[in-house]
Amino acid sequence: MSIAATQKKGVGAFIWEYLTTVDHKKIAHLYLVAGGFFFLLGGLEALIIRIQLISPENDFITAGLYNEMITMHGTTMIFFAAMPILLGLMNAVMPLQIGARDVAFPFINSLGFWLFFFGGVMLNVSWFTGAPDAGWTAYAPLSTTSPGHGVDYYILGLQISGAGTLMGGINFLVTIVNMRAPGMTYMRMPLFTWTTFIASTLILFAFPALTVGLFLLMFDRMFGSAFFDVALGGNSIIWQHLFWIFGHPEVYILILPAFGIFSDIFPTFAKKRLFGYTAMVFATVLIAFLGFMVWAHHMFTVGMGPFANSIFAIATMAIAVPTGIKIFNWLLTLWGGSITINSAMLWSLAFIPSFTIGGMTGIMVAASVADYQYHDTYFVIAHFHYVIVGGVVFGILAALHYWWPKMFGRVLNEFMGKLAFWTFFIGFHLTFFIQHFLGLMGMPRRYWVFLEDQGLDTGNYISTIGAFFMTFGVLVFLYNAIYSWVKGEKAPADPWGGRTLEWAIPSPPPFYNFKQLPLVRGLDPLWIEKTEGNGKMTPAEPLGDIHMPNNSIIPFIMSLGFFIAGFGFIYQTDYNAAYILLFGGMAIALGSMLVRSLKDDHGYHITKEELEREAD
Amino acid sequence: MSHDHSLNPETMPHNPEKATLEGRNKFLGLWFFLGGETVLFASLFGTYLALKNSTAGGVASQDIFGLGLVFLMTMLLLTSSLTSVYAMYHMKNNNFKKMQLWLGVTGLLGLTFLGCEIYEFAHYINDYDFTFRSSAFGSAFYTLVGFHGGHVLFGLCWLTALMIRNAKRGLNLYNAPKFYTFSLYWHFIDVVWVFIFTVVYLMGSVG
Amino acid sequence: MKGWMGKIKALSLLGFLALILSGCGKENLTALVPKGYGAEVSMDLIILTTVVMLVVFAVVMAIFIFVLIRFRKKKGQEDFIPKQVEGNHTLETVWTVIPILLLIIIAIPTVLATFDLADETEASDSINIDVTGYQFWWHFDYQGEDFQTSQDIYIPVGEKVYFNMLSSDVIHYFWVPSLSGKLDVNPENENTFYIEAYEEGVYWGKCAEFCGPSHSLMDFKVIVVSKEEYEQWVADMKNVDPDEEPESAVAVEGKELFQENNCMGCHAIGSSPVQTGPNLTNFGNRETLAGVEDLDKDTLVKWLLDPEEIKPGNKMTDNYPALNKEDAEKIAEYLLQLKHTDITSESAEN
Repeated sequence: MSIAATQKKGVGAFIWEYLTTVDHKKIAHLYLVAGGFFFLLGGLEALIIRIQLISPENDFITAGLYNEMITMHGTTMIFFAAMPILLGLMNAVMPLQIGARDVAFPFINSLGFWLFFFGGVMLNVSWFTGAPDAGWTAYAPLSTTSPGHGVDYYILGLQISGAGTLMGGINFLVTIVNMRAPGMTYMRMPLFTWTTFIASTLILFAFPALTVGLFLLMFDRMFGSAFFDVALGGNSIIWQHLFWIFGHPEVYILILPAFGIFSDIFPTFAKKRLFGYTAMVFATVLIAFLGFMVWAHHMFTVGMGPFANSIFAIATMAIAVPTGIKIFNWLLTLWGGSITINSAMLWSLAFIPSFTIGGMTGIMVAASVADYQYHDTYFVIAHFHYVIVGGVVFGILAALHYWWPKMFGRVLNEFMGKLAFWTFFIGFHLTFFIQHFLGLMGMPRRYWVFLEDQGLDTGNYISTIGAFFMTFGVLVFLYNAIYSWVKGEKAPADPWGGRTLEWAIPSPPPFYNFKQLPLVRGLDPLWIEKTEGNGKMTPAEPLGDIHMPNNSIIPFIMSLGFFIAGFGFIYQTDYNAAYILLFGGMAIALGSMLVRSLKDDHGYHITKEELEREAD
Repeated sequence: MSHDHSLNPETMPHNPEKATLEGRNKFLGLWFFLGGETVLFASLFGTYLALKNSTAGGVASQDIFGLGLVFLMTMLLLTSSLTSVYAMYHMKNNNFKKMQLWLGVTGLLGLTFLGCEIYEFAHYINDYDFTFRSSAFGSAFYTLVGFHGGHVLFGLCWLTALMIRNAKRGLNLYNAPKFYTFSLYWHFIDVVWVFIFTVVYLMGSVG
Repeated sequence: MKGWMGKIKALSLLGFLALILSGCGKENLTALVPKGYGAEVSMDLIILTTVVMLVVFAVVMAIFIFVLIRFRKKKGQEDFIPKQVEGNHTLETVWTVIPILLLIIIAIPTVLATFDLADETEASDSINIDVTGYQFWWHFDYQGEDFQTSQDIYIPVGEKVYFNMLSSDVIHYFWVPSLSGKLDVNPENENTFYIEAYEEGVYWGKCAEFCGPSHSLMDFKVIVVSKEEYEQWVADMKNVDPDEEPESAVAVEGKELFQENNCMGCHAIGSSPVQTGPNLTNFGNRETLAGVEDLDKDTLVKWLLDPEEIKPGNKMTDNYPALNKEDAEKIAEYLLQLKHTDITSESAEN
């Protein structure tokens, strides 16, 4: 294989290239496109939910369909939109930021993507046969007794994609530990790399709890075990513990990378180094650590007793301290800077007030006795949308505008960027702010209808109007993305006056990233070279052969095997013929694993001569 | 840089498993993976502890657990851990044949362990009518111990594939990390079993 | 741009303020107008945390807006390179310590209130009601009194009333926002808490844990009456004669149909320890039909003909003999005259 072989030759070759790619930048594209697609689906589901709630006792959709909508909206947005888009960004940017040529396990990187993808497809296939309807939290025994196969699809979809996410997490951890460029010490890593590292640790330690929970659910539903069957001694609270031992760190898996994004964007557009870098790193670590200690604050009303409730309340409140440190450090990064405001910066700036509100309501729900009123009402809906949308989605959109040139070689249109921002931003606050009050006024969450004459009409109406604004904003962004692909202006290597390594190489980067690994001399390495008048990175090695991994179709086939086996698991309760799918699928998956294990794959080398020729 | 990583006493590095970047990545990756596995088993242990007395009036742990067989199984697995250490010792001395031999012994011990486990389960099912579906305790017991058994089975398949694939070509820098990661995994499985032996069987026999 | 953002914030705040002033929701439903001890304790904590948080928010916003106005890139200074500040230990200590102090201010009352509300020492001397949650209705058994109700609970004003809650199927939450915060109704472990109402009235209760298709229709009422009225009510409920002949001829026919169709297989009238469907004692005095509908003959007939249309996923649909409209009307007539006491919600509202 040579450089020429990896270039586009036609639609077929293009598709084949993406099916087999192990290049982290192309896998990032896959994550972003697939995650973006699921984001649109989840958004559509959200819009349908809001239309149903536009007026009291509305009958736009039935109760059963409504429950499927809310379940799919939550599951899709968390697992198949927010997570993969962030994983996509990490894939695109993190190896560049540490000066690596690829990730540690390119093959596993690809496998992780395809498992996620087939998991997402699996979940959404359920729309044709009856979607899951037990909520994204799938509390037993509602989930174990839910008729039909909806919840089965939920279990298998999450199980398959969860395995992929876990692989992604391990891959990033090893990459960051082992593959940093010379001079890139831990305390010189950009914050986005740091948060990738910490979020990957969280993935590693949180996802197995979900895996176990899903297995228990699966065994109860498909194989007659009795984990959650009270008649046989089961206990439904176990599910809640396992789910939230995973579920709370999951919140930080989502928000920490967003923090990292903002920590990279603010210094760039304020032309000022990140204020309190060390404190920012330790705050991240502390948040992650505390994130594992607080899961039971989701269960204040379960009846754990005042001791447990008090401990978890205080532990939860403690998280506010490192989070507050971060907010003030960002503000002080801007203080004294020379601030440019463009689309990427707008999303980042809007994050500060929006997320602060979400964080503050977080403290409010952490006060256990107050939470007896908030719990499972629209107040909580408002709280976590302020965190997830105001934090994570704003972060993703900021990152997309910021790194779009690096990832796709095109610049997004500024006018459309601003239009999308303002409509989405206004719509967001319109939708969710009022929900704090709706909750306290007596509207529990997951209500298919609310009754007339209970003082809930106006709030719900405003909320729905806001949802339309947000929809419009998303559509504008989508158009902007397509427009940039067709007609967007070509991006220079360093469009923003960047400070970190990814801006030291062309946009988009060549597939081997760095012709020569750069020598890192401090935090914000490119900025250092710029201020010292070099303008580019000093190489840390002479030009030489570059070792690259081979493409492989095995990850795709292996994931397909698990996907097929998933249907076998679901339908073996009805038909014995489904065992063919089960064993057939597993045979494909395990067979691919065996092939991978037995067949040596040493990769290939780009020779020095080829690299020199390319430079001309 | 060539593709030929095969080793002779002169080129033999001190730690062949960590001599290449790929090797170091595999080594570290497996450690992280085991970290995740720890949480997996911790969750299963938690579930088991929560449900170990939820017999729904059926068979309880002290009615069925006999320590004899389980003690034998513990010895088998601990010994297999030791033999895998021998194998790694010979790997570092570039003695491929002895490494294969000790890996083979490791595999046989693992297989015997698995056989004992299957016998044990069959015994509970046939003689006590104690199954996966009997009670929440039954579900939790078979899930925890079964997950461990599944890990042993996977380890055996892994080992077999490794030994057969590399039987003819000897040790090199490409496959040394693979052998080494297997042995790490195998130690982990043993450690988990020690916890199962203590938490499930010893504590369960006392009731 | 920064002006915009500020204006939007100010405008939206004003808007919401107006909304709050126009009402905190429906009285006796909203948690914002507490009328019981639990709700009041929660509300105090809500106010305290809100105030602290608004102070923090004001500080953040003040710095934020100042920074945006003061440090925008200026014309003619495009090449200006700001000083690269690494950090400031004093400042960083300040914004670590102050939040900790603020959290202590919140944490202490939180812990005190948590223990306060968990206090069950008086349970044995008080009224105890066993609550069972079903998809999608509530069953209430007055301990030691040998009678049961469904959907409506009567309690005396100013007294601690303990609720011992268990679910018969999936998890439900028992929530009467105006009187107290919520607590889970789990299938495996009984949860206990109390309500102490300050004022007489009819309070809306809701199920707050997602429990299936009709989760949003699982409302119940807590009717708080005076001590004397409560005692009268208990006495009346204990003296129900289930076989009492109705006065009107139609209702008599309805009663016969009720028996012929084996409605009692699930629905008891009078005391019964076993229940598959809601207990219908005193049905004519119920606040609502099925928790959410007006209690009148037309709606009841509609329910009897097709309960699914009112409560999707309920357990009655298809589990009883099909009725024709005529029979349904007769049964409705019978059920609506089941008034076993003079103590009703009107007593609470006077």
